[in-house]
Amino acid sequence: MSEGRPAIELVRASKIYRRFSHRKQFATLKSALLTRSLIKNLRPDETFTALNDVTLTVPKGRTLGVIGRNGSGKSTLLKLVAGITKPSTGTVRVDGRISALIELGAGFHPEISGRENVFINGIMLGLSKREVARRFDEIVEFAELTEFIDAPVKTYSSGMYMRLGFAVAIHVDPEVLLVDEVLAVGDEGFTHKCLDKFAEFKRRGKTILLVTHSLGLVERFCDEALWLDAGRIRGSGDPKRIVGAYITDVQQREERELAAGDSKARESASAATVSPDEPASAVLPDNPVETASAPADMFRAAEGRWGSREVEITDVALVGSDGASGHVFRSGDPLDVRISLRAPLPVDDFVVGIGVFNAEGVCCYGTNTSVDALLPERLSGDAEVVFAVDALDLVEGTYKLDVAVHKQDGYPYDYHRLLYTFRVKSRAKDVGIYRPRHAWRFSGGVQFTPGPASAEAPAGKDRDTE
Amino acid sequence: MLQNLAQLPRYRGLIQSLVARELKARYRGSVLGFFWSFINPLTLLLIYTFVFKYVMPAAVKGADPYPLFMFCGLLPWTWFASSLMESSGVLIAGGNLIKKVLFPAEILPIVTVTANMIHFFLALPILAVFLVIYRAPLTVGELAWFPIVIAVQYVFTLACALILSALTVHFRDIRDILSNLLSLWFFATPIIYPYLTAPEIAKRFLNWNPMAHVVISYQEILFFPGPFGHWKWLLALGVASIGFFLFGYFIFDRLRDSFAEEV
Repeated sequence: MSEGRPAIELVRASKIYRRFSHRKQFATLKSALLTRSLIKNLRPDETFTALNDVTLTVPKGRTLGVIGRNGSGKSTLLKLVAGITKPSTGTVRVDGRISALIELGAGFHPEISGRENVFINGIMLGLSKREVARRFDEIVEFAELTEFIDAPVKTYSSGMYMRLGFAVAIHVDPEVLLVDEVLAVGDEGFTHKCLDKFAEFKRRGKTILLVTHSLGLVERFCDEALWLDAGRIRGSGDPKRIVGAYITDVQQREERELAAGDSKARESASAATVSPDEPASAVLPDNPVETASAPADMFRAAEGRWGSREVEITDVALVGSDGASGHVFRSGDPLDVRISLRAPLPVDDFVVGIGVFNAEGVCCYGTNTSVDALLPERLSGDAEVVFAVDALDLVEGTYKLDVAVHKQDGYPYDYHRLLYTFRVKSRAKDVGIYRPRHAWRFSGGVQFTPGPASAEAPAGKDRDTE
Repeated sequence: MLQNLAQLPRYRGLIQSLVARELKARYRGSVLGFFWSFINPLTLLLIYTFVFKYVMPAAVKGADPYPLFMFCGLLPWTWFASSLMESSGVLIAGGNLIKKVLFPAEILPIVTVTANMIHFFLALPILAVFLVIYRAPLTVGELAWFPIVIAVQYVFTLACALILSALTVHFRDIRDILSNLLSLWFFATPIIYPYLTAPEIAKRFLNWNPMAHVVISYQEILFFPGPFGHWKWLLALGVASIGFFLFGYFIFDRLRDSFAEEV
């Protein structure tokens, strides 16, 4: 499909946004009036480079998925291609009629009916009145708004509004379709309809530029992926490879963020308890206020550290399958919680315990050496206790750890409450707090084939995507 | 710039439907609907007539019947003033379009001025009624100038609207400056008093006011008897307005790329 010119071509395109501070704006007006150079003086000092030297070619009929973190320049790229803004340097060239699904229903007037808005919106997007009239029924049917099309748009729900906007935009019959994260506009059924429509576009050899955070969609749907990071192209090519690289990068970033957050929490926790003024409160076995009323954000409210420190937890490390300590793990991977202990004086009454809490503050699992029928004998000097999990069968989410050493009667030596955070990544979209190892078996008159979503099938199968 | 200007006729259909939408939406939900297009100028007329006929009648000698005289100037002024007020905010209000849809921004001020012109047309029947009631001295030759005055005013208003809408994106203060400026401008235009009775010094200033010539033209055509003597001024203003429009379009075009970022 490489005949003729490419559908979209960017050559060394950059977009630099200007940043006016508020005070600057007033200064600009005054000076602009004084020096009578209204146009020339609109140059600000601060700039922000949203897109940096991007060169990109999309041949006709290809579908390109653009991924990247928030603020990486995806939407700016789309606006450049759509022609809504001009590149600061470089060139952007697009061949054929563009329809941009950037903001659905932009330009709808709330006071007038859906019918009139469809016409005006269609004309705005480049159709003639007759063309809109011809497609009108199809548009309304697609938007599932047949009953309400004569009601003023202000009475529509946001879903109806979006659906109508989507329907109009997609019936403009563009050569190049630009889509910015708009698939979240309806219920499951509508989303499928949109995807079908995209697939139809693809079949008919149209070019699609898709900006999305839905990595599965990119893998399934796009011929090529482009990864933007801080305005630059980090990678492009095969969607599977790019998505894999992107996920790895996101994990590394999360890793760093969680590590930073954890050490901050621990610092403030030890700072609070070590303070010599109130040693008594530090030894309280449990803070009744914290546990009695469960606040909205359990983590923030309840994290802390207390205990007599006769035995001290000096370090807690989470070690994944790669043998390095980290904060982000894949569901189903092994995990070691390595607890370093120090007892300046030998003790013979001690229990090491652990608790895993999910983001809602629900305890997913808790146990200790006593529960697991290990009788304490002796602890002195430096020691390490490892809580080894064969397979971390948790669903995707952020979890926090309680780690504690205490006497068998509960008297705390060192209690670290929710001070350790880790994230579990999973490509399966299952829900709950616990993932039992499972399989589906069938017999009789039932048959399944591995669907297109099998790339996202439950744990285990997809660990090798990187 | 000229390329963009040449593209404009292609958007005729869009301008049409947007003007229609504007008109429909404006009075949607109000009980009297389009009647407000009549009632608004009528109310103004009543107020000014009361003030200048009964409170301070000396100020307006030489303009009788006064209601008819006032109406000739007030209607076009309303068109002009509301066009400017609305267009100063129109790009900001339509920010969604400019930012999210590939959309020629000049359509928005054009729609504003055009929609207000339609309002002006809608109020003309009242003016016609007044003309009949007061048996105004109309001649066909004079009335032939009427569309020309409208055309000149349209071009002039459009030029102002383009500049204002583009600049307001950068300097929001303009909207406040404008509302003050417009009340000054209103009294600097011979609407509530006849040009002829203005003192010599004032006349010299009035000659520099384009809207004065527009309004005087309306008054000569519809109100004052005798042939239309102001046509030289009007044609000169027409030519100047076209130049002014090109200048306004140039400014607009220069600032165009900044709209998507600033609104």
